[in-house]
Amino acid sequence: MTLVQRGRWVTVFALLLLGGIYVRALVYTPVEIHQGLAQKIFYVHVPSAWSAMLAMGLLGVASILFLIIKDMRYDRFAAASAEVGTAFSLVMLTTGPLWARPIWGAWWTWDARLTLTLMMFFMFLGYLVLRGAVTDPGLRARYSAVLGICGLVLLPFIHLSVYLFRTLHPMPIVLKPSAPSAPPAMVITLLSSFAVFTLLYIGFVMQRYAIGERTDDA
Amino acid sequence: MLSARDVSHAYGSLRALDRITFTLDRGQTLAIFGPNGAGKTTLLKVLAGLIQPRHGTVQLAGGRRAIGWIGHQSQLYGPLTVVENLLFWASLYDVPPSARRARADELIGRLGLGGQAHQQARTLSRGQAQRAAIARALIHDPAVLLLDEPFTGLDRVAAEELRRLLGELAAAGRATVLVTHNVEEGTELASDIAFMRAGHFVAFGPRAGRDAAALAAAYREAVGGG
Amino acid sequence: MADLLRHAWLVARKDLYLEFRSRTAITSALVFTALVLVVFEHGRDPTAVAISALAPSILWVTFSFAGMLTLNRAFNAELENQALDGLLLAPISRTSLFWGKLVANLAFVAVVQVTGLLLFTLFFNVPVWRVWAPLVVVMIMATVGFIAVGTLFSAMVVRTRFAELMLPVLLLPFLLPPLIAAAEVTTKLFAGRPLSEVSGWLRLLAAYDVAFITLATLLFPATVTE
Repeated sequence: MTLVQRGRWVTVFALLLLGGIYVRALVYTPVEIHQGLAQKIFYVHVPSAWSAMLAMGLLGVASILFLIIKDMRYDRFAAASAEVGTAFSLVMLTTGPLWARPIWGAWWTWDARLTLTLMMFFMFLGYLVLRGAVTDPGLRARYSAVLGICGLVLLPFIHLSVYLFRTLHPMPIVLKPSAPSAPPAMVITLLSSFAVFTLLYIGFVMQRYAIGERTDDA
Repeated sequence: MLSARDVSHAYGSLRALDRITFTLDRGQTLAIFGPNGAGKTTLLKVLAGLIQPRHGTVQLAGGRRAIGWIGHQSQLYGPLTVVENLLFWASLYDVPPSARRARADELIGRLGLGGQAHQQARTLSRGQAQRAAIARALIHDPAVLLLDEPFTGLDRVAAEELRRLLGELAAAGRATVLVTHNVEEGTELASDIAFMRAGHFVAFGPRAGRDAAALAAAYREAVGGG
Repeated sequence: MADLLRHAWLVARKDLYLEFRSRTAITSALVFTALVLVVFEHGRDPTAVAISALAPSILWVTFSFAGMLTLNRAFNAELENQALDGLLLAPISRTSLFWGKLVANLAFVAVVQVTGLLLFTLFFNVPVWRVWAPLVVVMIMATVGFIAVGTLFSAMVVRTRFAELMLPVLLLPFLLPPLIAAAEVTTKLFAGRPLSEVSGWLRLLAAYDVAFITLATLLFPATVTE
């Protein structure tokens, strides 16, 4: 089986599992007292964030490896990871406000986590924009690797600065979008969702990488 | 003085250089003829140390300090005068401060730029700019000269002057690698000839007294059409 | 090490001469700074928000944008006549080249920031003079790391299409930590608080500077070698 076909199988499998997660989340997991049905988005939103961070982290690692080993496959992987990461960031950024509006009464707030994810989205976009603007593949790979590494190092600084900022400026409504000590059913749903989203990430990257391989050799 | 051994390089899957090997001694001038895309500029950049080849080694007595590069871009700073440009490059090459001005003046005189010495580089004519570029390349007295299509855009008089100058420099012991797609331009100067196509030398050897016409014929035969 | 610094200084000095000759980049940045401040002044409702609440943000947004404008200058001049190749051929290390560019960039940004600060004091009537020393410290700390990344990126984007637009797009996320930190510290300073209260922010800035100057120095060769 080619890489693209294997990638498709993984993705389809993961999507089926995702459907299973939805069913489980809607039917078999207890409804959260304070937040009601809207809280169910949690099972999609948080793992998307996880996948986006996974994408960013692996992009950074692949960038470092590329600069050291100079194998184009790392660059191809980094590019695939960036596109998939952008998609997951987008999911995260759209599900976030959908959840926030009924709960907090606002579409968006500048808390540490949200700002970090927004910045991550912009960094993915910047990475893709840079790749689009350079035609020579070798140059593009090197430039992307430099940007990827800088982006990776930047993340902790963004998180720290926004976190410091927010703790000194308490928000009017302070409902944290993370799981409090939750009943086992919720935890299981959440963890399963993490696993499914990781699988989705892998499936998407496999396909994207395979497409990249084909276009490079063309 | 300058040697390449088994040098190969690729851009992605595109083979740019294929097992290039040669040695160059003092006073020798190697003229490399080849069509566009043959890899001539890539080879020069590898020799200069600008590109690290995938395989093979380049040995250059004296390192980057010993190289003077003349291409079709002048590498001069437009808003600075000719003298200021020369002094800057001299300082980068660690020419002793006391000697810099003297060398700059000497080269300006030798290359006929006396009237333009205090003109900004962007006001120079093409021929003047090329001569200034040559002065810049020679300011640190390099032992090896790498020339990338240096006759591009020069009129007959300027080209003849350049040929004369290169001949003098070779006679004074410099090793030169001259790269061009025009056989007529480089023939007189060369002590050794190479024909290059698709990244490798299809012919290599001493000029052995052949003139431009003979070489052009040999070139066409070796390299083929285009 | 001495050579490293000396060569870096030669590169920086050359950049300063160049800019002094043409004055285009710094003039645009100064005019831009003044315009932005004027827009901010007229864009706010003086009865709604006290100037002391807005002042730090205005100041730092102005500094950031003006800083990004001056960054484009760094490698543009090198492209004109392929002088960059000359710099890469010269027997100086890539680090010298990078640090030279960085120092020159910092010098220009400093001129723009000092002028911006003076104009700011003029337009907005904020009591800057009491805290000018710690303010200068914050200005330096918040600028150095950001400009290091900016210098690195400008080496990359100079060869892409839409270079002037690409640089801000890539650089904006890197602006966030120093911008937040600087605005916070400046707010505290204008409010008369001692520096010790903002030591957390200052440490963040210091860590950011160290991290990115180091990273940019290490990564720069990858942007210019082939």
